[in-house]
Amino acid sequence: MYDAIARMTVTVLLFASYAEALGASSLAVEVAGDATVADVLSNVRAQPGADRLPPMPLVAVNQQYADAHARVRDGDEVALIPPVAGG
Amino acid sequence: MTPLATLVLTPIDPMALVRAASGPGNGAVILFLGAVRQVNEGRDVTGIDYAAYEGMALRELQAIVDEGATRFGTADVVVEHRLGELQVEDISVGIAVGHAHRDAAYAVSRWVIEELKRRVPIWKREHYTDGTREWVDPTGHVSAGSPR
Repeated sequence: MYDAIARMTVTVLLFASYAEALGASSLAVEVAGDATVADVLSNVRAQPGADRLPPMPLVAVNQQYADAHARVRDGDEVALIPPVAGG
Repeated sequence: MTPLATLVLTPIDPMALVRAASGPGNGAVILFLGAVRQVNEGRDVTGIDYAAYEGMALRELQAIVDEGATRFGTADVVVEHRLGELQVEDISVGIAVGHAHRDAAYAVSRWVIEELKRRVPIWKREHYTDGTREWVDPTGHVSAGSPR
């Protein structure tokens, strides 16, 4: 049964300058059962060092680019993607 | 062959890429190599660390070669990106494309590198002669450097 107030945990992955800013390469973040990418980001913003993140970082959910309104599910992998610089 | 993307920790072998993109129907084979440059934006660079969100980077790279193959009408598109610590002049990326005709071969090669730079989650941290290291932000923002 769907329970909107249930809490769930997603894994937030941090890379490159973002990992340096927060001093971690991953965080376990607890959010409400109906959370979106934006909710996960607000939670990350409460972490020390998160003031160095841009206002709207690129995000991928389960390795696919996603926008702020995308819903997340329990166990999802939410990656904050710094400006890419391959090549 | 089918379009192929790989991430490697060891040196890229350009001729292996050329062989993979060659074939009896390909009148043109284009090889593009990206290499570590000694000077970037006026600063002397001694080396670069390449890091990636590996699962997603591989998935995006494969999507790019698959899409490039479909758009330009050739299956012979291979890309290899190196990760880890590279020195000046080391090859960071190799792209080989085979096509019946040169115009299309050049177009695929160019398209693949531009897509790679736009969307594949790979990052580079430059090492400078003064001992500092910084993550490169192509959007132009300066991130805090971290002394070694």
